[in-house]
Amino acid sequence: MTAATRAVLRTEVRLFTREPGTLFWVMAAPTVLLVILGLIPSFREPSADIDGGRRVIDVYVPVSVLFALIMAGLQAMPPVLAGYRERGVLRRMSTTPVRPAALLTAQLALHAAAALVSAVLVITVGRLAFDVALPGNVPGYALALLLATACGLALGAAVCAVSRTQKIATAIGTASFFPTIFTAGVYIPVQAMPDTLRQIIQFTPYGAASGALDEAAGGVWPGWFALGVMALWTVVLTGAAVRRFRWE
Amino acid sequence: MPVIEVQDLRKVYGGRRVVDGVSFTVDEGEIFGILGPNGAGKTTTVECIEGLRTPDAGLVRVAGLDPVARHEDVTRLLGVQLQQSELQPKLTVGEALDLYASFYERPADWRVLVERLGLEGQLRTRFGKLSGGQQQRLCIALALVGNPRAVVLDELTTGLDPRSRRETWALIEDIRAGGVAVVLVTHFMEEAQRLCDRIAVIDNGRLTALDTPAGLIGRTATPRTIAFAADTRLERAELLTLPGALTVTTEGGQTVVTGTDATVDAFVSLLARHAVTARGLRITDATLDDAYLDLTGTDQS
Repeated sequence: MTAATRAVLRTEVRLFTREPGTLFWVMAAPTVLLVILGLIPSFREPSADIDGGRRVIDVYVPVSVLFALIMAGLQAMPPVLAGYRERGVLRRMSTTPVRPAALLTAQLALHAAAALVSAVLVITVGRLAFDVALPGNVPGYALALLLATACGLALGAAVCAVSRTQKIATAIGTASFFPTIFTAGVYIPVQAMPDTLRQIIQFTPYGAASGALDEAAGGVWPGWFALGVMALWTVVLTGAAVRRFRWE
Repeated sequence: MPVIEVQDLRKVYGGRRVVDGVSFTVDEGEIFGILGPNGAGKTTTVECIEGLRTPDAGLVRVAGLDPVARHEDVTRLLGVQLQQSELQPKLTVGEALDLYASFYERPADWRVLVERLGLEGQLRTRFGKLSGGQQQRLCIALALVGNPRAVVLDELTTGLDPRSRRETWALIEDIRAGGVAVVLVTHFMEEAQRLCDRIAVIDNGRLTALDTPAGLIGRTATPRTIAFAADTRLERAELLTLPGALTVTTEGGQTVVTGTDATVDAFVSLLARHAVTARGLRITDATLDDAYLDLTGTDQS
């Protein structure tokens, strides 16, 4: 990494910290969600509705982790990138020795890092406050988490590529907010959904991620099907984003 | 030695010839103006120099390099102020200058630029909170922060108040004195007349004139205007017979005769012959404005 691309990354991190709304929704809201659910006494008791007789709070740790990924990739990032294009920030940068791709890369890296930090915060608070076991299969969990992050960013990049303006990017983010958090299991954990719905949802990016994280949390290697679904979405969405993206 | 060369440049958008065979060169230490009506192809021309657009035909070189094929090398030599571009709204002036300075191997000392452009008080102000004129001045500073060999300034002083405009002009003259080639796209005739060594007038994608400001003014059909308080002893018919006289109009108690140097000489003899003193007499040279209107054929008055 050259000094100039480092300076771009540093600048984007600094600008990220100047967005209180983004900071709250990406960094704090997932943990807040977990804490609120954890304060409900029955959620800390084993539940008959969930496989293996686990507690609701146990399955909500992966759900809150996914919530962080959705916030970073789909809600926070697309409006920033679409705005940069709309305001001519990318165009201005393309007249300097630094390629505007450096700015996109910095944004992707920044939102990936923010999502992962938020995820680690959720896992830590789950462990310390509600005694939720740490992921049983750490490499499997890490792989699932990285794939889910990549998938979320690819989704965000695709949204940015098809949105001509910042307004459209924000609108798509808002419209897709409820469906995506539903498939991630924020309303009902995927593990507690009726079978048919579960069958369908496992094909969605966050439904697959939810399955993989849940398995790895339980101590087994996540199923190749779920990992494959995420990998496929990542490849397809990245391809679409690259093809459809316009610099101006 | 020319730093920028444009030869027979052509660019077509949707069947319309936006730039249609434009050629010129810009030497080091020269301020080269590009004038023309809105939509004449000025910005497209400079965007081809900046490597933001690929010409459909013709040749563009910056220090001998193709701005598209050797884009990265050209960006190191060429400073750019785009007509419409913003920065990240929450980036401060100081951070923007630091960031852009880090892009170049031998950046200029941006504190000097900030001082010249009167932005010292705004270093901690975010881009989105700057006034239009301050944003403009920051963009000028960013165009110069890389110590470029050539710089393209698209609408340099649009949005600046008269004082900032003059300070910016002085800065650009100093940049020229340092041997930088400057391309200036402008709408302000006063700016072009004051700053430019040569001016290209572009209309409908074509180069209609390329000359020094004085040369362009000299080409106008009516280089002189004689104005005086209307006097019945000087008849319109007689004024029209003055050599070189083009128009005679009387309006609001003032008579205006347009013509050439010969018209002025003959007018003075006419006054002597009739023993008339023309009250409120003014003889003015044509300005670049007049020359521009002649050349672009948009004079609808």
